[in-house]
Amino acid sequence: MTFNRRTFLGTASAIAAGLSAPMVLAQGKPRVVVVGGGAGGATAARYIAKDSKGEIDVTLIEPSRTYYTCFFSNLYLGGFQELSDIAHSYGTLAADYGINVVHDWAVGVDRDTKLVSLAGGGSIPYDKLILSPGIDFVEGAVEGWDISAQNKMPHAYKAGSQTELLKAQVMAMPEGGTFAMVAPPNPYRCPPGPYERVSMVAHVLKAYNPTAKIIVADPKPKFSKMSLFQEGWANHYEGMVDWIGEEFGGGNVSVNPDAMTVTIDGEETKVDVCNVIPAMKAGRIAEMAGVTEGNWAPVNAADMSSKADPDIHVLGDASQQGDMPKSGFSANSQAKVCANAVRGALTGSKIFPAKFSNTCWSLIDTDDGVKVGATYEATPEKIAKVDGFISQTGEDADLRKATYEESLGWYAGITSDMFG
Amino acid sequence: MIWRSASGVGLAASILAAAAYATEDLGDAEAGEVVFSKCKGCHQVGAGAENTIGPHLNGVFGRKAAGLADFNYSKSLKRAGNSGLEWHADTLSAYLENPRAFASGTRMSFSGLKDPEDRTNVVAYLREFSDNPRDIPEADPTAKGTDHSVDPEILAIQGDPEYGEYLSSECTTCHQIEGRDDGIPSIVYWPDEVFVVAMHAYKNNQRLHPVMQMIAGRLSNDEIAALAAYFNNPE
Repeated sequence: MTFNRRTFLGTASAIAAGLSAPMVLAQGKPRVVVVGGGAGGATAARYIAKDSKGEIDVTLIEPSRTYYTCFFSNLYLGGFQELSDIAHSYGTLAADYGINVVHDWAVGVDRDTKLVSLAGGGSIPYDKLILSPGIDFVEGAVEGWDISAQNKMPHAYKAGSQTELLKAQVMAMPEGGTFAMVAPPNPYRCPPGPYERVSMVAHVLKAYNPTAKIIVADPKPKFSKMSLFQEGWANHYEGMVDWIGEEFGGGNVSVNPDAMTVTIDGEETKVDVCNVIPAMKAGRIAEMAGVTEGNWAPVNAADMSSKADPDIHVLGDASQQGDMPKSGFSANSQAKVCANAVRGALTGSKIFPAKFSNTCWSLIDTDDGVKVGATYEATPEKIAKVDGFISQTGEDADLRKATYEESLGWYAGITSDMFG
Repeated sequence: MIWRSASGVGLAASILAAAAYATEDLGDAEAGEVVFSKCKGCHQVGAGAENTIGPHLNGVFGRKAAGLADFNYSKSLKRAGNSGLEWHADTLSAYLENPRAFASGTRMSFSGLKDPEDRTNVVAYLREFSDNPRDIPEADPTAKGTDHSVDPEILAIQGDPEYGEYLSSECTTCHQIEGRDDGIPSIVYWPDEVFVVAMHAYKNNQRLHPVMQMIAGRLSNDEIAALAAYFNNPE
């Protein structure tokens, strides 16, 4: 054997790796592949890259070059934000954090060879895979609606062109027209989201089309922040919003996108805009990776690892973790726990105990913000709620305004935490 | 209606007691005026006060550090202000104790007031020229001094910045690590003690914000110290 410089270096690094890094392979750096660049994926990629200081090779697979956050997209509908305010690029993650950002669809995961295949061809190897694909819709969830009808009856539950379309349709409603929403069953992304949306649409209609009506067909008997929203609707938009819950047949719904009709408990109504938010499931790549049970991907609370595969972690909306709501804040919180665990497994860095928290702000009308939040801990069974709070009905206007202003601060905070 | 007047007396007595306690606790403004003679060469305060060598000190309570638009401050104080430093009794006292230790690049050419009583008194004097001594004395621990209600043993804990860095990720969902304030305050570069006192005030529900009460409520003393150590110098 020729003892040259190269083999010497190789041996030395292999020894060093063996001492400090339990899972490092002798050749090259450990590799983390993250699928999905939202609140879970972007945060996980950024924290792993930042904290490993180059020791881990991080690839982020995200089809969109410009990411529109779902949180605050309702504020765009209400005219409180421009679309450009909720648009983010991945440039900083690539330039400042050295993350390999791949704009493509992940279309398969081979868990034996540990490869993620891409729609554009080729595949990317991983030591640890983090899936944060958000949601897809359950087929056939709303009779008469499928994804091919999304232009006539938008879901607008993945932000971007769908949100713009819905806003254009609201602005084009005839005087005194009807906006219908088909609300989703639990569990779904952003529990207060549909009701904040109702508030924002009402805010716009009150200004431009005050005789218009809003009908909500809801399969649930109650919903997130219900008393706060109902108080707000009565105070700001009296007589405009008709919420039809489970008790009055809100779950017995079909739509006809060609005729623009909605049938609720046997009664057909002609509508001008119909926002169909179907039942949800984990983004499809989770199912393709074989880590789902039913609609969601069960995970271990301590590190967000999949119950089906210890080398795959699932974050955010797609995961079935326990008590946390499916929110951007939750995904961001879970991503940090996951990043710490993944880095520890790959480089031997210290793994600190899991800690989770969530707060969701909603806007009801100008300067009328409310919030709900909780802290969580990892138990052997699930992520379990520890403590929580919610805004109260009848709060004074200054507090509501402060809550709204706080939500703007949070948006700036979480987006810089995600995208650098 | 005897019960009502009786309870009225009780209430008045308790207000008097609270006022007496507060006055004592907040220092002696008259003695502070004497101490202020050391400051007068550079700082004016009171009716018609203007910026001279140093900025005027009217309304200094609650003002952001380097907060007067028409005074040319050192970069060091500007940075502290942009990072969220506000002047309250505790921050003023810390600054006056050793100006260069508190803001290393300050242009204030003053060696400091070493006697804590002098500092408390001069701060009490300055308070008379602030129309917004908000939350004084009960609600805002940063308005009153650094030591109240927090056990000195807790204040003495040396935090582990590495652990603090991990824990900080829970904070940075809302508080920006670069120190920008877009609706949620900056928490970077705070003196450790100020940070620790504030967090314990949330933990004990003396400060009122529900999110912060919830977050601080489950942090241990060591965790709060670790966060203070990390955020004091996050680079």
